[in-house]
Amino acid sequence: MPVNYYIFVSIALFCIGVVGVLTRRNAIIVFMCIELMLNAVNLLLVAFSKMHYAAGVATNSGAGIEGQLFVFFIMVVAAAEVSVGLAIIVMMYRNTHSADINFLNRLKH
Amino acid sequence: MGITQILFWFLTALALGSALMVVLSKNPVYSVLFLIVTFFAISGHYVLLNAQFLAIVNIIVYAGAIMVLFLFVIMLMNLNADMNLQKSKLLKFAGFIAGLCLFLVFVAALKDAAIKKSLVQTNTGEIGLIKNLGNTLFKEYVVPFELSSVLFLSAMVGAVVIGKKE
Repeated sequence: MPVNYYIFVSIALFCIGVVGVLTRRNAIIVFMCIELMLNAVNLLLVAFSKMHYAAGVATNSGAGIEGQLFVFFIMVVAAAEVSVGLAIIVMMYRNTHSADINFLNRLKH
Repeated sequence: MGITQILFWFLTALALGSALMVVLSKNPVYSVLFLIVTFFAISGHYVLLNAQFLAIVNIIVYAGAIMVLFLFVIMLMNLNADMNLQKSKLLKFAGFIAGLCLFLVFVAALKDAAIKKSLVQTNTGEIGLIKNLGNTLFKEYVVPFELSSVLFLSAMVGAVVIGKKE
């Protein structure tokens, strides 16, 4: 497959995530859209890794392996981020009895 | 059109359609379920690219662990249809237009990129297998690997401290 198909799929997924973050007010759905954006980037990294592998396998049998390792570390960081973020959302819900993201406006006062 | 291309377009349509439904559906539980479908479609893309380790990890970590956490939190909060969070139509429209503009800018910037003709190798290739990834991870990237364990420990402590009742 040409790499630009993967580029456009990832751009579309990322932009759907951006639209979700900008238009929804439920904090959990905003958080899920952030996960969607992370996954779009992961897909693009794996596609580029395979592109570099196809180009450089003749000289270096491990060409492009770093892309897949970065995806692994992105998954690690995303898991840590989700655990802390959901704890913050639960704490916010306990204080306000809603998951409305606009409540966080008050943090600036 | 070979089987690889048919699978590629099917998985792409599945991923994009369910990603749209994540944003559009009113009930947060449906959003979580559609997000799981999206993650399975992305795992299918990884299998198609012969990144088998990442496909399995994506299913176990994202669809298995993170999404269960989301479902637990949603059920804990009892956020049902009674919470109709209304946002002004103008803001929704502005957010949609902003995302669309971002999409158009990306597409316009990358549609004539020089790497357009480069091929992505599907179905073959050794680097996605767990043997090669593990060798590289534990030889060259062992320090980031250990640092990520510290990150997990601090995230666990942070989640417990934030989540516990006063």
